[in-house]
Amino acid sequence: MFRNQYDTDVTTWSPTGRLFQVEYAMEAVKQGSAAIGLRSRSHVVLACVNKAQSELSSHQRKIFKVDDHIGVAIAGLTADGRVLSRYMRSESINHSFTYESPLPVGRLVVHLADKAQVCTQRSWKRPYGVGLLVGGLDESGAHLYYNCPSGNYFEYQAFAIGSRSQAAKTYLERRFESFQESSREDLIKDAIMAIRETLQGETLKSSLCTVSVLGVDEAFHFLDQESIQKVIDTFEKVPEEEEDAGEGDAEPEAATGAAGTGEQGGSGDQDVAPMEI
Amino acid sequence: MTFTVPIDNGDSVKIAEEESQRTLYPYVTGTSIVAIKYKDGVLMASDMGGSYGSTLRYKNIERVKAIGKHSLLGASGEISDFQEILRYLDELTLNDNMWDDGNSLGPKEIHNYLTRVMYNRRNKFNPLWNTLVLGGVKNGKSYLGMVSMIGVSFEDDHVATGFGNHLARPILRDEWHADLSFEDGVKLLEKCMRVLLYRDRSAINKLQIAKITEEGVTVSQPYSLKTFWEFSSFHNPTAGAEGSCRMLS
Repeated sequence: MFRNQYDTDVTTWSPTGRLFQVEYAMEAVKQGSAAIGLRSRSHVVLACVNKAQSELSSHQRKIFKVDDHIGVAIAGLTADGRVLSRYMRSESINHSFTYESPLPVGRLVVHLADKAQVCTQRSWKRPYGVGLLVGGLDESGAHLYYNCPSGNYFEYQAFAIGSRSQAAKTYLERRFESFQESSREDLIKDAIMAIRETLQGETLKSSLCTVSVLGVDEAFHFLDQESIQKVIDTFEKVPEEEEDAGEGDAEPEAATGAAGTGEQGGSGDQDVAPMEI
Repeated sequence: MTFTVPIDNGDSVKIAEEESQRTLYPYVTGTSIVAIKYKDGVLMASDMGGSYGSTLRYKNIERVKAIGKHSLLGASGEISDFQEILRYLDELTLNDNMWDDGNSLGPKEIHNYLTRVMYNRRNKFNPLWNTLVLGGVKNGKSYLGMVSMIGVSFEDDHVATGFGNHLARPILRDEWHADLSFEDGVKLLEKCMRVLLYRDRSAINKLQIAKITEEGVTVSQPYSLKTFWEFSSFHNPTAGAEGSCRMLS
């Protein structure tokens, strides 16, 4: 995509029928670190890669609880994501107050999309630079939606957004057909494995990712580091050769000993410094 | 319309205007509603009278209406306010249907919506002068609740409004039990309605019983209850309490 004379205003069409500002906003989503969502009939898992500004800072929050039955993972301009999460929380709580009933996620997503559309049709506004993976429940079960800066929204069985998400998408494409009937545990494992794909070579550790779950009988909550590490340990056999820094990974539980899966560890990159995220 | 009315306090005109706009008393009113949960859902009974003060003015008012797919609303109190509430709910259910997304407002949601509306009006000192009974069935679960004109709301297995509070509740408390059959439920409601007919001055002998189950709503055709006026106490009503006026003997 190159600069052209039709890309200054969001309200200017190009002769080929495109709104370049909106498309540029979608580019911003690709700059953020990866976020992944998957759903089964009864559960939705949202996971993301923890990205920190620098070694000194903590990582940015990319997954937010909107309500007991709705969670959102963002990629792109975190500030825009924070503001939209607040809007979602507000809508959800207002509905709960009036009707004493949870807001169906499908309706929330439409409100969100309409809000995003407004920014594509006002000359004094700009589109939100954040993509949202919204997971939640309504009367017909669990749903996963992707809301994009253009004001469109789509429903997915599984999806990944942000940088290096293509690798995760490839992984998910191979396996999505089994997700609908997956158990909760398998769904979580698939989410973490998809995260691993986006790391492309870096050793997967629980400190690098955040995972959240919600389900028909389970309120939205984050998984703690230990649980995540346990899942990682079931499929990742950590090669300890170059790791002198002695990161969180203990000696692999030889009991499960997933032979061969994690053996080669970093595929292409030799010793990527674990601190470099 | 603005009109200037000199009043003693500082802010005169505006307050005079507002005074005339708020509901101060009801005009055309409906009397009790009695409703119970039974095996398949909810049964609700009301008569078809609309009183204008002490005159039994209107005799064909339906005070129980179906709302959406899953609910039944009965109202006692001011009839025009009931019609206003039906308009609000019409808009609400219309918007809900327009979503066309497999989600729908159930009786619990409508009950809470009405609670919010009634309470908010009460806070503005402009109440909707009704006591509402909301019953319904959704996903196999029966629901029965009540909201008053001041926004007091609760759920129960059996409810009654107006005079029904005093005359029907004791009967329901004694004789209601879970999983009543349809016939037993109707018998119980008719028993309550008969007592109300004898004792409530604003009741008329033309009632409807509405039923809501998972399948939907049915409102019966209007019918009358058999009454018996030959009780010995009715023959000589003043026996034992003659008083000083000798005209009646």
